[in-house]
Amino acid sequence: MNKVAVIDYGMGNLHSVAKALEHVGKNTQVIVTSDAKTILSADRVIFPGVGAIRDCMAEIRRLGVDEIVQEAMQSKPLLAICVGMQALMERSEENNGVDCLGLAKGQVKLFANDASGAKPILREQDGELLKVPHMGWNIVEQCDQHPLWAGIENNTRFYFVHSYYISLGAEEKASGVSHYGVDFTAAFSKGNVFAVQFHPEKSQHGGLQLLSNFLTWDGAN
Amino acid sequence: MALAKRIIPCLDCEKGRVVKGVKFLDIRDAGDPVEIAKRYCDAGADEITFLDITASHEGRETTVHTVEAIAGQVFIPLTVGGGIRTIEDIRTMLNAGADKVAINTAAVFNPQLVREASARFGSQCIVVAMDAKKVSAEGESDRWEIFTHGGRKPTGIDAIEWAQRMVEYGAGEILLTSMDKDGTKSGFDLALNRAISNAVSVPIIASGGVGNLQDLVDGVVEGHADAVLAASIFHFGEFTIQQAKQYMAEKGITMRL
Repeated sequence: MNKVAVIDYGMGNLHSVAKALEHVGKNTQVIVTSDAKTILSADRVIFPGVGAIRDCMAEIRRLGVDEIVQEAMQSKPLLAICVGMQALMERSEENNGVDCLGLAKGQVKLFANDASGAKPILREQDGELLKVPHMGWNIVEQCDQHPLWAGIENNTRFYFVHSYYISLGAEEKASGVSHYGVDFTAAFSKGNVFAVQFHPEKSQHGGLQLLSNFLTWDGAN
Repeated sequence: MALAKRIIPCLDCEKGRVVKGVKFLDIRDAGDPVEIAKRYCDAGADEITFLDITASHEGRETTVHTVEAIAGQVFIPLTVGGGIRTIEDIRTMLNAGADKVAINTAAVFNPQLVREASARFGSQCIVVAMDAKKVSAEGESDRWEIFTHGGRKPTGIDAIEWAQRMVEYGAGEILLTSMDKDGTKSGFDLALNRAISNAVSVPIIASGGVGNLQDLVDGVVEGHADAVLAASIFHFGEFTIQQAKQYMAEKGITMRL
């Protein structure tokens, strides 16, 4: 039995990801939990997240999820999704600046040409005004042959919904990039960790394939 | 521009069945919501919106089960609306598997609900649905007002100001229905859409009035909509989702094909 723990720190809807994993997983047990022992005894871990980063980080620290994630990263495959991915970074611009876990090098930035504006204004190079949040299906260009991309065509569209994006540090390796006003990191990998800005659980065939790949991934590259 | 425009089929449901009315009246049965949602998803729908028009408590229980059933089989975003009045209602729908909830009447009577809900669950899952009707007289500059209770009650609130206020309160998206156009099959109210879309930073879903595929194109190109919602043209088999996406792509709109 393949045991997958979805870390529940009280933020947002974890049912979608749990249901999608159950849908693609044979002999898979999906547990939605915040219990450290359960998470660390699972074969694989999902670190999800939606909502505002300040609230997410507060709950992550209050429940000791920061230590759990750090430990899980050393020992088993971990998939971070959306704000879960952002939480791994050093710092986010959201909520007037929030320190994140610092488990990977990079910054979380607002989609805006003028970062000082209270109201995000984002334009394409040709002047087209872009809505924020970045919501919908966008192309992900794969930068490597990571096992989680197996069976997924390059430039497949995935479903995104976010107002902040990751600007990855030079030390880290992007696995996928997308473009919305700016080029941004849509996926990166680091040892046992694969992190995605999009929502695989909502991205139909490509997303389900990625989750299915995660369920058989041994954590190596 | 790489981000695709979205096609969102809408399931108006009553007591666990998909129905569709004309101008919110005259309801026709269109089938089982789980089956229909799955069919649309397989056909390439970019999202599904489920609007519960049931008023009774028993009906609401059915809705929760239906949402659970859809969410277990459909792996694209699912928005649930209709009768969402409290934080608890939102939590119930998110727990049942909805990715977003649409708040309509309750936002008008209690705007703080939008603020609280977006602070609690994140703006990305709070859609404010607004029903707008043109109230300016012939020759006056365009003006639209918000109506509630399925379009029956005027509120005196200006639609553009309302959209801006809802975004300020944390709405992550606006589902904009034209009361003048809904069910008429004569196209979206493009002036209304454009006015709202240009007034706010968040995505707009145009709704109400789609009769053919060119209407969808016009909604995006002239109405500046980020997504287009339609019900009857898909429910009654006039067009498939693939046909719609193909047509829009041929007209130069970025679509997920």
